[in-house]
Amino acid sequence: MKLLKTIRWTVLVSALVLVPHGAVRAQETNQLNQLKRQLEQMQENFEKVQRAQREQIEALTKQLNEVIQQSTATADQKKLEAQLALELATNQPAAAPSAKGLDKAPWSPAQPLTVARSGASYLNMSFDGMFAVGGSSAQDIPALEFGGHDPKQNGFTVQNLEMTLDGKVDPYFRGQANIVLQIDPDGATSVEAEEAYLETISLPWNLQVKAGQYYTAFGRINPTHPHTWDFVDQPLVIGRFLGPDGLRNPGAQVSWLAPTPFYSELFLSVQNSGGETANSFRDVAGTELITQRPGVDTSVQNAGDMLYSPRYVMSFDLGDEHTLVLGGSGAFGPNASGQDGRTAIYGADLFYKWKSRQHDKGFPFVTWQTEYLYSHYEAAAYPGSPGFSPAAATTINNWGVYSQVSYGFRPRWVASLRGDYVTGQPGDFWADPLLDDRYRISPALTFYPSEFSKLRLQYNYDHIQSVGVENSVWFQFEFLLGAHSAHKF
Amino acid sequence: MKTILSMLNGLCRLRRQSDCGDGAFARLDGCKPSRASSQSGVALRLTTQSKKLPLTTVASIVLLAFAFSAQAKLNVVCTTPDIASLAQAVGGDKVEITTLARPTEDPHFVDAKPSFIVKLNRADALIEGGAELEVGWLPPLLTGARNAKLAAGAPGYLRANEGVQMLEVPTSLDRSEGDIHAAGNPHFLVDPENAKIIVRHIAEAFCKLDAANCATYQANLKKFLDELDAKMVEWQKQLAPFKGDQIVAYHNSWVYFAKRFGLKINVFLEPKPGIPPSPAHLASVITKMKADKAHVIIVDPYLNRRTAETVARNTDATVVDVAQMPGGVKGTEGGYLALMDYLVNSLTKALAEKK
Repeated sequence: MKLLKTIRWTVLVSALVLVPHGAVRAQETNQLNQLKRQLEQMQENFEKVQRAQREQIEALTKQLNEVIQQSTATADQKKLEAQLALELATNQPAAAPSAKGLDKAPWSPAQPLTVARSGASYLNMSFDGMFAVGGSSAQDIPALEFGGHDPKQNGFTVQNLEMTLDGKVDPYFRGQANIVLQIDPDGATSVEAEEAYLETISLPWNLQVKAGQYYTAFGRINPTHPHTWDFVDQPLVIGRFLGPDGLRNPGAQVSWLAPTPFYSELFLSVQNSGGETANSFRDVAGTELITQRPGVDTSVQNAGDMLYSPRYVMSFDLGDEHTLVLGGSGAFGPNASGQDGRTAIYGADLFYKWKSRQHDKGFPFVTWQTEYLYSHYEAAAYPGSPGFSPAAATTINNWGVYSQVSYGFRPRWVASLRGDYVTGQPGDFWADPLLDDRYRISPALTFYPSEFSKLRLQYNYDHIQSVGVENSVWFQFEFLLGAHSAHKF
Repeated sequence: MKTILSMLNGLCRLRRQSDCGDGAFARLDGCKPSRASSQSGVALRLTTQSKKLPLTTVASIVLLAFAFSAQAKLNVVCTTPDIASLAQAVGGDKVEITTLARPTEDPHFVDAKPSFIVKLNRADALIEGGAELEVGWLPPLLTGARNAKLAAGAPGYLRANEGVQMLEVPTSLDRSEGDIHAAGNPHFLVDPENAKIIVRHIAEAFCKLDAANCATYQANLKKFLDELDAKMVEWQKQLAPFKGDQIVAYHNSWVYFAKRFGLKINVFLEPKPGIPPSPAHLASVITKMKADKAHVIIVDPYLNRRTAETVARNTDATVVDVAQMPGGVKGTEGGYLALMDYLVNSLTKALAEKK
């Protein structure tokens, strides 16, 4: 029994011992698995977190990069701007205007012309002011100095106040206007639209059309403005035949550049034949002066009563330094002596220039210009009026010439000499002594402080057949503001 | 048909000849006499042939010939010789270059001669400086030329200064400052880097106008640029020892050259651009030259050398004849590279003398 008991106990004990042993073993495996699971879980968690964090980091990095990129871009731009500003600043005239504070200079009347900075505005604008001071031995100076811009009295004369506007109108036309203000000896200011015309830029067949109010292309002096003249006054023959203000009227002109190896151009102009700027034509006052009998206010009946002016001009270069220009002109139209009155003026002109091939500002140079004009004036029969007996039709033929030489002997200095001669076949009723045969010798000395200003001293020795000798001395000064439009040759 | 073709050919040649000036003046204008004599031969043949042809046929042949000749060679007018030499380098024998201004004359005051109107009337392209250097004479010529190919915006009209960074652009236009240019100092071609910009534009324009010869123009361009780059290294090396050295100029036309080669050319015999030297101003120049130890005075061919010599005597300086234009001084007739060579060599020599 005892043994049984013992066995029981042993079994129990061993069971007790063994059972726990087995239980412990089972417990250990459980724990291991648990731990393993835990570890796996943690690892999984860690990886998850890591992944999430990495994603977060990546996102942040991306964001950061974007931000950085942006900021560097702005920084780069800022840097470039600064660099450009510096470059632009150094691009300015280093010393002159800014240093003298001209940038901040107050507005002055000379400045508005900067709006017409060439190429930066739609038109070029300039203003020319030309004045004369001096005196003459003659009593009637306006009759002696016949030209519209000539000195008109002892003392000062405002010769010309001229505003010039010019520019491209559109791809087809160029436009120009010369508006002139004049102050008469009695102080009255008058406005004259000397020229206002458009000109085609590129017609086919080498043609060019000019239309509007313009100076007739007759000879060399007539189409130019007094600013370009070599003397204080207009040549005598131009004043007598083409009028004190030159020959200009509303009309249209076509010119053709001929396909010759040398320059040659043909002009044909059709203009109105009346008004005071068509002195030898249907201008009543001009007609009265020429015919010395009352004029008739005629009208335009047909196309033949217009003013027609052809001109042909050619030019040759004789080497680098010599240029010759030859031209022939005509002007044909009715006059105001009656419905049958006709005028024909013919002109021949020559211009020669020598200019050194090493010239400094265009000096030294020599120019020689001569124009010869012949006027054939057919005065119609005059029916008579109170105080004037009738007169038969008559023809008045006159001619005149001027020749001038200018020598630009050193930069800015020009010495000039001009000779004038006109014949004076008298009219019927009363003889105006100032329309007699006349010659004039005019030496002049011009100083150009710059191409925009001019000082000129001139002496005129004037011989009029039935009057005698008159002496005049004139001093001229001129300024030019704004764009200086280039001179034609 | 064969005779007509040969006549056409003859007329083409005749027409090209006429660009050089007519008969007696051909030689004066720089045309070779040999060409002139061959021309008269063609002309003779033409007159005997044309006797048999009715007038209308002759007229239409003449017209055709004009059309053909327009295609034969690109007829390019350049305002100044510097631009012309670059255009020649790009165009080679495919272009006929006519230059208006002479290399020795003051380019600001060229006469608007009527013969220039004819040249412009018959041109396929015009290259002008674009910075108002020609403003005193080119506009009336272009109006007279009535050539649509040279209108602003047309492919045949080129401004050389396009893309060039202009220096001394005035902030305000005030003529009491002398002859200033609204677009900036117009003497930009003496900087070889600017020449590079210009030749590229010229090649582009020539390609547009004459696509058939584009490859030639591009090849010429590359050749010129390679030569210029090689030369540029030489020039920089030659002038390197004189960096910052003071040079006195008669007229302010060397700002681009000075900037490129690190020289100082900011003292002028003219008190203001275009205003002749006054004794008071020259005295101040002499004082400044002595203080700065400047001993080189440069003078363009058209400016008064005697004034420069007077200053040189008082400062123990050397007067160096320079030019902006190829052909302006002896030894620069070869074109742009020859001119730059001359400028760098003569200045290096003069600067080294009293170093």
